[in-house]
Amino acid sequence: MSSTLTVPQAQAALDAHTRKLIKWHFSPETGCDYWLKWAKQAGWDPRKEITCFADIAQKFPHFDDDVLRTEQPERFVPKAYAKRPYNVFETGGTTGMPKQRVGWDDYKTDYEEYSDHYGPKFFPKGNWLMVGPTGPRRLRLAVEHLANYRGDSCYFVDLDPRFVKRLIGAGEMAMARKYQEHVIDQAATILRHRKIVNMFTTPRLLENLAERMSLVQAGLKGVFVGGTTMTPQYVRFVVEEVLENKINFAPTYGNTLMGLAISRKLTKADNYSLTYYAPQPRATLRIVNPDNPSELVPYNEYGRVELTTMTKEFFVPRFLERDEAIRRPPCAEFPWDGVGDVRPFQSLTKTIIEGVY
Amino acid sequence: MSTIHIPVLRFGTAYRSLDVIKFTVGDKTIEVSVANSGLIRRDLPKLSASVAALQEIPAETLVGYMEKAAELYLHGHLPWGDGPELQSPDDYVAALSQLTGLPYSLGRGNMAKVHAAMSNIRKVLDGLTRGLSLDIFDTGVVDQDGLAVNFFPQTNSLGVLLPSNSPGVNSLWLPALAMKIPVVLKPGREDPLTPFRLIQAMIAAGFPRAAFGFFPTSHDGGDTILYGTGRAVAFGNDTTLKKYAPYRHIQVHGSGRSKILLGDDYADDWANHLDPIVHAISANGGRSCINCSSVLIGKNRDALADALARKLAAIEPLPRDHPDAILSGFANPKMAKGIDERLEEFLRTPGAVDLTAKYRNGPRLVEVHGQTFLRPTLIVCDDLDHPLANTEYGFPFASVLQVPQAKMLDVIGESLVVSAFTKDADWSADLMTSTNIERLNLGPYSTMRVQWEQPHEGNLFEFLYRRRALQGDLLAV
Repeated sequence: MSSTLTVPQAQAALDAHTRKLIKWHFSPETGCDYWLKWAKQAGWDPRKEITCFADIAQKFPHFDDDVLRTEQPERFVPKAYAKRPYNVFETGGTTGMPKQRVGWDDYKTDYEEYSDHYGPKFFPKGNWLMVGPTGPRRLRLAVEHLANYRGDSCYFVDLDPRFVKRLIGAGEMAMARKYQEHVIDQAATILRHRKIVNMFTTPRLLENLAERMSLVQAGLKGVFVGGTTMTPQYVRFVVEEVLENKINFAPTYGNTLMGLAISRKLTKADNYSLTYYAPQPRATLRIVNPDNPSELVPYNEYGRVELTTMTKEFFVPRFLERDEAIRRPPCAEFPWDGVGDVRPFQSLTKTIIEGVY
Repeated sequence: MSTIHIPVLRFGTAYRSLDVIKFTVGDKTIEVSVANSGLIRRDLPKLSASVAALQEIPAETLVGYMEKAAELYLHGHLPWGDGPELQSPDDYVAALSQLTGLPYSLGRGNMAKVHAAMSNIRKVLDGLTRGLSLDIFDTGVVDQDGLAVNFFPQTNSLGVLLPSNSPGVNSLWLPALAMKIPVVLKPGREDPLTPFRLIQAMIAAGFPRAAFGFFPTSHDGGDTILYGTGRAVAFGNDTTLKKYAPYRHIQVHGSGRSKILLGDDYADDWANHLDPIVHAISANGGRSCINCSSVLIGKNRDALADALARKLAAIEPLPRDHPDAILSGFANPKMAKGIDERLEEFLRTPGAVDLTAKYRNGPRLVEVHGQTFLRPTLIVCDDLDHPLANTEYGFPFASVLQVPQAKMLDVIGESLVVSAFTKDADWSADLMTSTNIERLNLGPYSTMRVQWEQPHEGNLFEFLYRRRALQGDLLAV
């Protein structure tokens, strides 16, 4: 959510949040089995040595998300939550064991903040439709909570990305297209027969849906997307052609570990280049030098995205995302660094436009 | 340094994308707008307006436009992009050379080939329709020997994924416009210039802008064109062929594996027919699918191979503006290096010898005149199953094998062009019934030979149009 703090105030708030959450996760009364044992093996006490956010980058190694696949989720349950049943949210898992994280209220906090960022003019009152991955993902509960938080209800059309990836991997392109049509058929049916005002979907499904009908004529007022790289050209295409310059557009960057990074409102000077701001201090994004992830890249240069999540439910220090982005300076709405034009990691070394020709 | 912008053409509307690919050509920066696949999908439903725009114009007029466009393409000053700058034929040839590595001589040669395809459009259509009147494209019905013959279009567009290796392949889609079928083109990455210049020539000659979709795009965008048009053509290798094999509406031009077969009646007279063989291997820098990549002879293999190797090895890389340049530089030097390494690896398999190695002036891979070249390579092969026996690369490369005439048709496999050096009537009959040969030259001709009244690879008219049985006596046309 946007902030009224100055940059130094936001930094001070992040440092204070860091001290508080490190104390929480590394105290035997509140921390989880995984991190308590980790500290014991590491031979140092983060409660004593971490005094500010910068210390995390100095003293913690990069989080290996494979432990979310290999360790039992119970090991990540903080003692303070031991008596509450948890949600299990999954990510990945096209083949083999998916990565899982436990959660309770984080998704609600994330999506309430997100909702508060956008007023009733942006997402007017009315029903929502989610077209995208439901199943074991946090997104399904989160989008419904978003709608409910705004006093609205939500319809759902599921898309199983694991099945799609499997089809593509097997070269079953025709079947993949049929499955996509099947998803779009269902979404189009809901849009035609129910009063839908706002929608969450992936950019690709959004454009496919708009090939079937005018989304403006279907009554949509606000669209929230996430889940795929969007180049400035792609954003322009969505705004100008898919949404016909008439539907509010809220791109987001996020995942199960991070939560939801909100995009700064586009101005003419942005030329459709998106910049996302993490829900700091609960999650912090840094753009680091891929060859030396301890150092930040200069502003307006590409680097690898590094995530640190610190909520009472979950602690992830210095996780190197499989994305790269441009480090962008703080702005009026968000007094901390932003991440611009996110794209898959290492496309830096390839052609300017990934996958062209 | 001036900047030229080549836009996406959306059936009448030029579009500047935020995604561009940049090239530097002399003192110019060329920016090519890149279309995202969704943009193409949104445009394809608008093709009915493109069809209507072509339908309004009589086929006779369109054919006239094509003939005029041929001259404009060859001699005219045409828009470089969407700005006021005009491109002369020399500008085009020089820029094409920078982008693709083609020497000016071959650039001009390809221009002449494309020009001929356009200026001979009447012959081309005559050959494709087997003599039907142009009225067939206006009314759908013509009278042929007292019989009403009705053809109807099977598609509202022809999608084409163009390669960058040789501008001459653009001649393939040109007749579609005269047949009133709009085109949806994805240019090759290194050659957006040729289709754009052709489109500009055709628009200047009178064709409606709405008839042209020009979409520099990604692989995903290419697939959008192939799957979204009623008839489509793609160029590629065996993998491409396999990928699109299930789709009847997609015609894939894969590896050519074109061959020269010397019949027994020519096997002792090979020395008098070296030139067409050398031409077949080396013309157009060896980049075409109709370049010969295997020579089969029943006897005298080693003598023939040695003589060919001497002639091919004498072909040296020359500067791009040298009038005698035959070899093309590689736009991507890594590709040349990769091919060279692959050849060396395959040569370690017993049964193949690079005969050109001992005659050429240095290694196969050479950096000279500011470009990376592969010198011509002739391999003598003992074994039909050797990995170099029946393959092709994008430079003058061929294998020579000794195979009895009686066995040749059993072993050639799918071959785009076969030039059979023979006068043997029985064998000629066998050649003509072979299902492996797409184009057959009978006689001592280069595989590169083109006759405009013959189809290139498949018959475009039959690909785009279908005959319908028409009965009854109330026909009002």
